[in-house]
Amino acid sequence: MSLDPAAARFTRTANVARKERAESLARAIFMLMSVAMIIPLVAIVTYLLVRAAPSLSWEFLVDVPRKGMREGGIWPAFVGTLNLVGLSLAVSAPIGVLAAIYLHEYAKDNWFNRVINLAVINLAGVPSIVHALFGLGAFVYAAKFGYSVLAASLTLAIMTLPVIIASTREALASVPMAFRAACWNVGASRWQTIRGVVLPNSISGILTGVILQVSRAAGETAPIMFTGAVFYKAVKRGDLFPFGLNDQCMALSMHLYTVSTQVPNVRESIPYATAIVLLGSVLMVNATAIALRVWLRHRKRW
Amino acid sequence: MNTEAPGRGRTPPEGGPGGDGAVAVGSVGLGAKVPRPRRSTASLLAERALEVAIRASGVSAIVFVLAIFFFIFREAAPVLFSRDFSLPEFLFSTQWYPTSVSNVRYGTLALTLGTLSVTVVAIVLAIPFGLGAAIFVSEFCGPRLKETLKIVIELLAAIPSVVWGFIGLTVMSKLTISLTGAPVGVNLLNGGLILGLMSVPIIVSIGEDALKAVPDSYREASLAMGATRWQTVYRVLIPAARNGLLAAALLGVGRAVGETIAVLMATGHAVHVPHSLLDSVRTLTANIAAELGEAPAGSDHYRVLFLTGTLLFVITFVVNFTADLAIRGVRRR
Repeated sequence: MSLDPAAARFTRTANVARKERAESLARAIFMLMSVAMIIPLVAIVTYLLVRAAPSLSWEFLVDVPRKGMREGGIWPAFVGTLNLVGLSLAVSAPIGVLAAIYLHEYAKDNWFNRVINLAVINLAGVPSIVHALFGLGAFVYAAKFGYSVLAASLTLAIMTLPVIIASTREALASVPMAFRAACWNVGASRWQTIRGVVLPNSISGILTGVILQVSRAAGETAPIMFTGAVFYKAVKRGDLFPFGLNDQCMALSMHLYTVSTQVPNVRESIPYATAIVLLGSVLMVNATAIALRVWLRHRKRW
Repeated sequence: MNTEAPGRGRTPPEGGPGGDGAVAVGSVGLGAKVPRPRRSTASLLAERALEVAIRASGVSAIVFVLAIFFFIFREAAPVLFSRDFSLPEFLFSTQWYPTSVSNVRYGTLALTLGTLSVTVVAIVLAIPFGLGAAIFVSEFCGPRLKETLKIVIELLAAIPSVVWGFIGLTVMSKLTISLTGAPVGVNLLNGGLILGLMSVPIIVSIGEDALKAVPDSYREASLAMGATRWQTVYRVLIPAARNGLLAAALLGVGRAVGETIAVLMATGHAVHVPHSLLDSVRTLTANIAAELGEAPAGSDHYRVLFLTGTLLFVITFVVNFTADLAIRGVRRR
């Protein structure tokens, strides 16, 4: 070999070339896999939007369904979803936030709290239809609430509890330990520390979790199907609280299921428009949560 | 930044000024005796009450899980002693004739196989794409692209299952018919595809967490030896994050097994053992959703559906428990 050994050490040998080819190939494949995830999403949303276009209007949102849901709008379903989500939020937000405070601020690492953690994980993994069965057995029959807004909201609340617990814990975990130590050292009790230091510094993160709960609850169909949501209920146009606690109600997700599978001869664009309204509301709520988080990280000073 | 959970680490001093066992602190400043400030009894009581509420909420998760099992099993239990029911038949027979007058059969094997086949199709599609995307997001792309992709994944995960079902029923079903020539568009392939798309975001986000948990020193050591990123990924990171990646796959499976409305709308509705990708199937979850409305409360049919629910609960419990053990294994190392 006449090559200078110092130069030879950095030559592009066949081995290096092969290694670099493998690198760029792997990179391309993984990038394609990521893109393959996004393309269907964009394509599908575009397709839904195009098909929904003839029905999409303000009128569609605020009008009541007409002619056996074959014409008209979705107001009762929309407002029903709002009521269900509001009520379930009122139940699950306090319990979820307090549970997260317990798990993160109070719980020691012993077997009992590991069981609680396992229960939270399991609660998140229970299939939605099993939550529906639970709601039916516990709230509709055992507690005698009947098929009602109340039973459906409680079912939704328990189902979405893990969402709030998980994100609240994350928010609490992002408050540095030194903040708490400083507060304890001036003599504050555990709760005073939580109220005075931990919560003010994590409130936006907790809010994000609550927002995510809203989006999750709004999209679920199975848990409300057998506990309180019905195919159709007559509602006056523009009425904001048409359903009492013991009434049955309509819901957007249920309405989409109904008009796309149960009702024949629906005007073609109506199911698409319903899907767009549901998808749009859920994604908008999620986008709010994301924006809040990004803003928060931007503002964070420690 | 120290993010250790306070419960695990140092604890606040018991009985500080916040507590009631106050001891005078002596003089402050230039000999001026300052009386020790004490909190009112009401405020102390309120704090005690709140802490009780916090503890109760903490325990509530256990209560809810037990309650779910209790109430479902309570509705299901009487059927175990019914004349028309036998447990081996329930588990191992493919004959599901719940409403037949003369020949009632409650065999869920066809439904179990339906769930199994749809899950397998979904997972075969979702695991490579999910883990591939997780690797790309975590190792190959810049911080900007990473943020964007993570937001997209989060939005993808937020799409309600009924919307996925609707997509399966309309868009995918037409595509399936025109691409494969199947007589019905709502079938195993369609349902599996939809479920796959639904499971991908979970797999990506858990898988990315698992890769992030591998210490940077591993990467630095590998790169310093002259390895490319790809070599680092498959020789160092994948073995190191093995458990977390396994957990990601398992949680994807859990989601696919438990999904209800999407498969109800996208898999067709035939109760039979699938022989090809283009057969219509019915899953355990979809079966409950489809028939619970028609089964009179208290009938054997109704109770068998609750028993199916119990079976599903047990399956997902095992899957989630295993995933949790796998993740915990990662943390311990």
